[in-house]
Amino acid sequence: MAIVFQKPHALTDAVLHYCPGCPHGIIHRLVAEAIDNLGIEGEAIGVAPVGCAVMAYDYFACDMIEAAHGRAPATATGIKRCRPDNIVFTYQGDGDLASIGMAETVHAAARNENITVIFVNNAIYGMTGGQMAPTSLPGQVTQTSPYGRDVNHCGWPIRVCELLATLEGPEYIARVAVNNVKNVKAAGKAIQKAFQNQMDKKGFSLIEVVSACPTNWGMTPQKALEWVESDMIPYYPLGVYKDRTAAKEAEAK
Amino acid sequence: MAKVTFKTDLCKGCGLCVSACPKHILAIAKDQINKKGYSPAVMTNQDECIGCAFCATMCPDCIITVEK
Amino acid sequence: MAERVLMKGNEAIAEAAIRAGCRHYFGYPITPQTEVAAYMAKRLPKIEGGVFLQAESEIASINMVYGAAAAGFRVMTSSSSPGISLKSEGLSYIAGSDIPAFVVNIQRGGPGLGGIQPSQSDYFQATKGGGHGDYRMIVLAPASVQEMASLTVKGFNLADKYLMTAMILADGTIGQMMEPITFEDVQVEIYDKPWALSGTKMQRKHNIVNSLYLKSDELEQKNFERYERYKIVEENEVLYEAYRMEDAEICVVAFGIASRVAKNAVAAARKEGVKVGLIRPITLWPFPSKALRQAADQVKSFVCVELNMGQMIEDVRLAAECTRPVSLCNRAGGMIPSPGQVLESIRKAQKGEM
Repeated sequence: MAIVFQKPHALTDAVLHYCPGCPHGIIHRLVAEAIDNLGIEGEAIGVAPVGCAVMAYDYFACDMIEAAHGRAPATATGIKRCRPDNIVFTYQGDGDLASIGMAETVHAAARNENITVIFVNNAIYGMTGGQMAPTSLPGQVTQTSPYGRDVNHCGWPIRVCELLATLEGPEYIARVAVNNVKNVKAAGKAIQKAFQNQMDKKGFSLIEVVSACPTNWGMTPQKALEWVESDMIPYYPLGVYKDRTAAKEAEAK
Repeated sequence: MAKVTFKTDLCKGCGLCVSACPKHILAIAKDQINKKGYSPAVMTNQDECIGCAFCATMCPDCIITVEK
Repeated sequence: MAERVLMKGNEAIAEAAIRAGCRHYFGYPITPQTEVAAYMAKRLPKIEGGVFLQAESEIASINMVYGAAAAGFRVMTSSSSPGISLKSEGLSYIAGSDIPAFVVNIQRGGPGLGGIQPSQSDYFQATKGGGHGDYRMIVLAPASVQEMASLTVKGFNLADKYLMTAMILADGTIGQMMEPITFEDVQVEIYDKPWALSGTKMQRKHNIVNSLYLKSDELEQKNFERYERYKIVEENEVLYEAYRMEDAEICVVAFGIASRVAKNAVAAARKEGVKVGLIRPITLWPFPSKALRQAADQVKSFVCVELNMGQMIEDVRLAAECTRPVSLCNRAGGMIPSPGQVLESIRKAQKGEM
């Protein structure tokens, strides 16, 4: 018998601190698998966010840095501009990337900074106990929107992929999900492409991963993944929002 | 012929592997408690396993090894 | 004979940084430090490996510095007072991660948007924190264009040596004025950076640059270790200039541009027969407390000359341990005291009027 599935090398043996059923672990594994598949662990430098994934530096076997809240794309820019031959990625949540770090996100994309951004959207602030996120759905009940998100009071959710795809700068913008086996496999491919793009010096790639937060959504892990399908994905449709290389190739034909 | 191995001590009993299994041969062992205090996922019928690795694909804690 | 060139203070910082091995500059426009960025924008792209990048904000630029410094490179940013407030977040992270950085503050009057004229009102911010948490920065206060250059190189060296931020705390006057300088005294020191993010190459365990310690005892230990290092800095790296202090009965204390005004006033007072000297702290942290404590045994009183509402005066009082009166001669908001105003303060001190 041969091993057909095991923990990727680019993940350390540290025990993940995430809640039971939290898809962060799946997404960590997909990133690590991409690093393994491309053979870039020795060159990779990861930037951890502030949020639930704050301790990602313990989980990835490559060199890691912990950034200030929302500043991961700026920190990654500093690293990449010094070490253009290393592979630099950020791993950020929705509060980190789309609220406090929106300026850093947009400008790194506009500069076509040659980095890979993994953006985990679970529509809530997990680490601090379930507050409303920039991506919380209209009507979504959270600790700070206990009567449901009132869009007339606190505005509408931000669709990051759609927003960034309007920019000339970025190379590749795609939204995936990890709510079932099929989507997890597609997410893995998209993440690997985002790293490959960087190796090919194509520029800024962002993969938005629609994820779940069973604990703060107040659901079982299974129910949470069903909610991703029924409520999250309709608001955040999956797909490729920008692929400059593919667009150029299509134009050439 | 396929084999699934769990690092049972690291399982958080979330059950995502159980619901992903197309052969319905995984279960949460309600009568067991691991070191972390969770009832872990277990294989109930190894002979039926087809080695599709759906369980491992959905496992958030990377505790499943699949051989085929 | 060393080659002498005529340069603006801000340009001298930029050129000295390049000579110190800095190849990466991240910044955001603000008056009156503009020439630093402009010089770097022109020079760095022409140097191998050189990168000048205008960031989207001061916050982004300091976090780019954080990344570049973590990658093991000599890197800098420059700004002025309101911009340094924004950078304080990053400065705290850099301190908490124990990595070297070099930051320039060409101060302007505050608080708030304040003005764009020279000031020294960021003394507290630079020497007592600014960002959150227990940390220190090495704060260098040049009083001439020559020192803008030489203290820049020193700052890079000290930052690497002690794994902390070195800050040039100057003001719009020194930044904008031109003086002939030489780069002959530039001694670049090179330090190994085994902690740097360079990729494991599968040859070593991963390096982690981080300031998060959720276990209180670990975090306390980190703080203790950091302060042990700070103690070594305090013991070894204090710089100050003493002028006419040999028989002084009054000690004027001033740094940066204020010290040049004060020096003229000291010379004028000496002509009147007043026994007065000047102590000019060059490092504001570590502060020359020992020198001032010793001076307190010799002089009747201290006169603090500052371009603010009285900030360094607190450290002078602490150093003097209440043994001697300390008076303040100050202007604020972009105004500079005249030698006459300082002279008047010296005369008052001589008469015992505080």
